[in-house]
Amino acid sequence: MHAINYEAPKSLDEAVKLLAAHGEKARPLSGGTDLLIQLRAGTRRPEFVVDIKKIPELRRISFSLQHGLKLGAAVPCIEIHENSDMRKYYPGLTEAAHLIGSLQIQSRATVGGNLCNGSPAADTTPALIALGAQARIVGPKGERMVPVDGFCLAPGRTVLQPGELLVEFHIPAPERHSSDAYLRFIPRNEMDIAVVGVGAALSLDVSDDRVVEARIGLGAVGPTPIFAAEASKSLIGKTLDAAAIENAARLAIAAATPIDDMRGTAEFRRHVVGVLTRRALAKAAERAREANQR
Amino acid sequence: MAASSSNGFRVIGTRPIRHDGVDKVTGRAKYGADYAFPGMLYGKVLRSPHPHANIKSIKIDKALALPGVKAIVTSADLPALPDKMEAAGEQAINLNHLSMNILARGKVLYDGHPIAAVAATSPHIAEEALRLIEVEYELLPPVMTVEDAMKPGATILLPSLRNKEDGPDKETNVAAHLQFKRGDVAEGFKQADYVIEREFKTAMVHQGYIEPHNAVGIYNADGHATIYCSTQGSFVVRALSAAVLGIPEGKIKVVPAEIGGGFGGKTTIYLEPLSVLLSQKTGHPVKLTMTRAEVLRATGPTSGSTIRCKMGATKDGKIVAAQCWLAYEAGAFPGSPVGAGAMTILAPYNIPNILVDAYDVVVNRPKTAAYRAPGASNAAMASETVLDELAEKCGIDPLEMRLLNGSEEGTPQTVGPPFKRIGFKETVEAIKNSDHYKSKLTGPNRGRGVASGFWFNVGLQSSATVNIHTDGTVSVVIGSVDIGGTRAAQAMIAAEVLGVDINDVRPTIADTDSIGHTDVTGGSRTCFATGWAVYEAAQDCVRQLKERAAKLWEKKPDEVVFENGMLKPAQPGGELKPMSIKQIAPRLARTGGPIVGRATVNARGVGPAFATVCVDVEVDPDTGKTQILRATIAQDAGKAIHPSYVEGQMQGGMAQGLGWGLNEEYFYDDRGILRNTGLLDYRMPTCLDLPPIETIIVEVPTPGHPLGIRGVGEVSIVPPPAALANAIYRAVGVRMTELPMSPPRVLKAILQKRAAGEAQAAAAD
Repeated sequence: MHAINYEAPKSLDEAVKLLAAHGEKARPLSGGTDLLIQLRAGTRRPEFVVDIKKIPELRRISFSLQHGLKLGAAVPCIEIHENSDMRKYYPGLTEAAHLIGSLQIQSRATVGGNLCNGSPAADTTPALIALGAQARIVGPKGERMVPVDGFCLAPGRTVLQPGELLVEFHIPAPERHSSDAYLRFIPRNEMDIAVVGVGAALSLDVSDDRVVEARIGLGAVGPTPIFAAEASKSLIGKTLDAAAIENAARLAIAAATPIDDMRGTAEFRRHVVGVLTRRALAKAAERAREANQR
Repeated sequence: MAASSSNGFRVIGTRPIRHDGVDKVTGRAKYGADYAFPGMLYGKVLRSPHPHANIKSIKIDKALALPGVKAIVTSADLPALPDKMEAAGEQAINLNHLSMNILARGKVLYDGHPIAAVAATSPHIAEEALRLIEVEYELLPPVMTVEDAMKPGATILLPSLRNKEDGPDKETNVAAHLQFKRGDVAEGFKQADYVIEREFKTAMVHQGYIEPHNAVGIYNADGHATIYCSTQGSFVVRALSAAVLGIPEGKIKVVPAEIGGGFGGKTTIYLEPLSVLLSQKTGHPVKLTMTRAEVLRATGPTSGSTIRCKMGATKDGKIVAAQCWLAYEAGAFPGSPVGAGAMTILAPYNIPNILVDAYDVVVNRPKTAAYRAPGASNAAMASETVLDELAEKCGIDPLEMRLLNGSEEGTPQTVGPPFKRIGFKETVEAIKNSDHYKSKLTGPNRGRGVASGFWFNVGLQSSATVNIHTDGTVSVVIGSVDIGGTRAAQAMIAAEVLGVDINDVRPTIADTDSIGHTDVTGGSRTCFATGWAVYEAAQDCVRQLKERAAKLWEKKPDEVVFENGMLKPAQPGGELKPMSIKQIAPRLARTGGPIVGRATVNARGVGPAFATVCVDVEVDPDTGKTQILRATIAQDAGKAIHPSYVEGQMQGGMAQGLGWGLNEEYFYDDRGILRNTGLLDYRMPTCLDLPPIETIIVEVPTPGHPLGIRGVGEVSIVPPPAALANAIYRAVGVRMTELPMSPPRVLKAILQKRAAGEAQAAAAD
């Protein structure tokens, strides 16, 4: 392995300055569960590693029913699972964070790192897309908000410019009867990576089981995580019956652009997108019906 | 432990705590990577990024100029060796091929093939130096499958390779064609009422030992070298390293470290000669350890294969003929276990007419190494699923089918003499009578499958010494490494013979200078053969003890008997009190000095191993994912010395076999590059993927062995993939013919079956 410089700034300002000064040569370090492997394998060779875990703003979970959720980019997955608001209001995102690796990995890995690594198979990204999350980015030229469904550009590549840092996610407050779910397919039962991931969020009018709002996010079935817009739209205003779910599953399959690789064939992945979309919608709906968020 | 065992044994059959247990659970045990010496340098290996290419040039100047780099070696630093098979260690080996696998000579033959090795003052510097070595390649088309390699006009991997059939003038990728024949298959199939014929493909898989390969080499100015490494055979490492380096065997000492798994994969050499060569060049000790990616790319695996299996039976279930065709990937150099596959594929059954053809084929993949019953799991996947289908056709329970046709004493083997007393049918009966098989399996998409397996086992050479110390404690010294409870089992054999407490026996694994020649731990031979040597060495102690007691008692040796750990006068009565070993030990100095018992064996009459397993699964028909609900194995151990470690071997092999069946596979891309070089994407089962594995030890003693032992290390891996396939069939109605039976493959089969069913229904309308 090559020699690296390690910095651990204590403020956002300091971090952005360091990242801006070193540009392409710098790489932020969050939990390190992807970056350290890439350093050892030599697939990334940054000269400066900027540890962002010491910056308070990146380590916060703040939630209110009025303003929704602000989730720091460097919050370890385990803290999400331990947070009662997260479990209650965003169970899908929470289960996505709780599926990653093992408990040891979850104690290090972060949702921000999961997104910035740019893998289409990231477990938390389809869950964030389903929730309509926005990413708050701070850089040398100021701040900007980017929807998570537009954050990834290609495998390993994101909208982040040299010097820019993902600070936190903004997620809308839950509606009265809303909830979410995340399901993934893996060949084993644990310690694995998604072959297909589907996140679904629903808001229902429980008087007639009509869908008020729906969003479906797909993982590992294209070069980036995918917002299945047509599938989501197809549900809005409809009663959530088997036909509506089937139709959404069909449109989700159409939104997927998978390839054949060692984790599964394109044919298999398309089929499983349909299976998991049906199962995730059913699970989210069941939760939404039971929910009484305010 | 004081608990007494059955069959008159006092220690054998009990479950004492292993002697190496405390060291291993406290982290004090020294594995190969734990060794460190003053002035030690760190080595790294440059590996080919291409599966098949000529090496035009290697430039090392820039790498050598990097501060901290002390030496770089390539194949130019190794002697050229004869391109022919020679006896080395326990097996014949082509030394030129062995050397070319240590460092490529003129050509790279697989992704990960070593090209050069660097020694530097830190592993990081060594790694950076690899980036500065410039290799110019001329790319050649990769040949990745046996089908492609066997095609007329196929790209040739080894220009000097010839086989007997095609003669001395024809270049080929087929290293050998073997054929086994009995009776007349054409006539046999004529008698059959039902014939099943299927083609199978099995993927290349890795042993998956958790400890990567390692070696520390120390070359002394006097021409002697010492190698510390984790290996299954210190004498093999010595012989093969000496041959590759051109150093006389006697000038190398190999010190075997504790071993973190081998499963056959640590019976050859990779880093060992490089550590010595780099030490010779630098004058420092040099340590090399592999990464997981290096382990997967360039060590181990066992062959992927294509197998065709045709079997015919009469209506009443008697198998009358079987014909098999097997082609195994040898990897870059000849030597797949296809011969073993051919000789095991039909071994559990008494079939009058057989014809088996087997082909050893080189492809641009790593040279295969032994893996637990090498070649037999692939073969059993074919024969044991065809047999299951045949049983279904005949309307006979699959276990009854096995009992009806099963091999027993006197049944001719595929090759060689008839079986002596074996325990195959006993394993089938044990499963038939098990709680598992008798339990009812209910619920949708669930199924139960059974399968059986055979493995030869081997004997070979072992040495042992047993020392009686002045306090009456005993040390047992052997040359077999501890892989799966060896120390405990060997100490138990000595304790049994000598009538001492198991905790008064200290087992030690010696280096190659401190014990007589001992062959590699392979073929499940250690407990059988080394155990035999320990038994004889302990008996040698008993003989000497009787002489000493006779001296003290002023009697003749044959007037002394040794019973239940006590030396007694043969004629009871009189004033002489029986003596234990503890009592006579302090008096040995007065009767001629210490007692060292010694024995060597070249063990013959090995007892073959059989196992039968039962597996319950549930398949998700929407995703093709298989959950294993319950698994049981019955295996003939001859005599279980330490039942916990016998059960451990049964469970371990079963776990590996189930992983092989469900998800493990080498995944090469179109360019011949291995894509899954880590344990995330090379999917071995985790503890969450397997149920507790229930074990039934069957004991049919091996005739001729003083304790009746059979090797237990391997056969457990043979039946599981076939049992899974048979269970999946009963769960969702699809016959799988390809390994692994991963979710995409199973789903595809389910969807095809559903589509065929719908088409049939539509046609009927």
